[in-house]
Amino acid sequence: MNTNKNSYTFIYASIVVIIVAFLLAFVSSALHNRQQRNIDLDKMKQVLASLNVRDVKDAEAAYRQYIVSEQLLADNGSVSQTTEPYKMGADDTGCAFQCSTADILTKRPVYVAKVNGQTKYVFPLYGNGLWGPVWGYIALNDDRQTVYGVYFSHEGETPGLGAEITNYEKFQAPFGGKHVMKDGRIALTVVKNGNVKDTEFEVNGLSGATFTSKGVSDMLQKDLQAYAAFLNAETESNQ
Amino acid sequence: MSLFSKKNKEVFTAPLGKNNPVTVQVLGICSALAVTAQLKPAIVMGLSVTIIVALSNLVISLLRKTIPNRVRIIIQLVVVAALVTIVSELLKAFAYDVSVQLSVYIGLIITNCILMGRLEAFAMSNKPWESLLDGLGNGLGYAKILVIVAFIRELFGSGCLFGYRVIPQWCYDHGYLDNGLMLMPPMALIIVGCIIWWQRAHNKDLQEQ
Repeated sequence: MNTNKNSYTFIYASIVVIIVAFLLAFVSSALHNRQQRNIDLDKMKQVLASLNVRDVKDAEAAYRQYIVSEQLLADNGSVSQTTEPYKMGADDTGCAFQCSTADILTKRPVYVAKVNGQTKYVFPLYGNGLWGPVWGYIALNDDRQTVYGVYFSHEGETPGLGAEITNYEKFQAPFGGKHVMKDGRIALTVVKNGNVKDTEFEVNGLSGATFTSKGVSDMLQKDLQAYAAFLNAETESNQ
Repeated sequence: MSLFSKKNKEVFTAPLGKNNPVTVQVLGICSALAVTAQLKPAIVMGLSVTIIVALSNLVISLLRKTIPNRVRIIIQLVVVAALVTIVSELLKAFAYDVSVQLSVYIGLIITNCILMGRLEAFAMSNKPWESLLDGLGNGLGYAKILVIVAFIRELFGSGCLFGYRVIPQWCYDHGYLDNGLMLMPPMALIIVGCIIWWQRAHNKDLQEQ
């Protein structure tokens, strides 16, 4: 057969593309549920990691053990919706279990947890690093001011440099015990490595990863500011 | 012809040594720079590329007599992209942790020049079995260089191997510092250059007259 004819080329290309398209569509839809389940389980592990519960085997069981409820907050910091753990977004009323920046800024999801009898609040974070998105979770004590733990991850930061935001000892652990708000504004900041002046609010960044560190800092400031009313409410009632 | 004839063995082993895709054919350099700051992603990337080169070599070799000459590159690209997407989807479903590790690199495989290089140079004109062997050999040859470079970079750049600290604390106490330059892409290029230098110095066949 003459494989150089125009008609042959057209037909061949069309058939190849159609076969590949069907194949990919089939693979994608066949695996979708399983993938979504993996993503949810991974999110649970991340929320738990921010509560310093790491390396769990059965993420869902542990999640149900520690998380009391999932809440959405109104603009003034009051609770607008409360759901069972792992139910948020199930009926399209809340944000999906996986939060984007817009979800965080408008719907203000909070995960309410109980660790050793004490209430903790976990807030989702989502921002931009150097090469792509960075995200994380920050857990506060029930005074809504003191950081209990954090978890950060990223899509494609440079290994050995920006990717080190996932490193617990080097980057995440120092957040513990820091305070979040100062004069009604978010004061928790990541500063250049070795430049911490105010140990109450500042955390050392990563050397060689200025933009990733700044991205994490901006993410904390911007996303937590959405919760400012909620964070302040408790402190005033405490006084 | 037997499956493991002398010629077939040669097809498989040559890319590991004197016809290495990275150091001799100088293919796939870009990703060799990007993923070699640590050993773990380098190994995963090396294995993924091996699987995908082998499979796409096989598919293209099976189709080689039917592919219209004028659109052959596009057909090759479609096959490679489809395979990469399927592998990526399978990883997400069955090995989620690994897929998170790989994240952007898996997409990078499509643009890896080793793939197009082997498809065009070998699979288009050889039988399926030889093409599969050629793919495996080239993938492993690529993986080998990645692992060597990543080993050197992670060891001297962050004092770790696989994320575990191997340079003892007392070295740091006595003034030893990690070399930050090792973590930068240019250092990967310099290390690859040194490997090429070493290889050429030891192999007469590779020296130009």
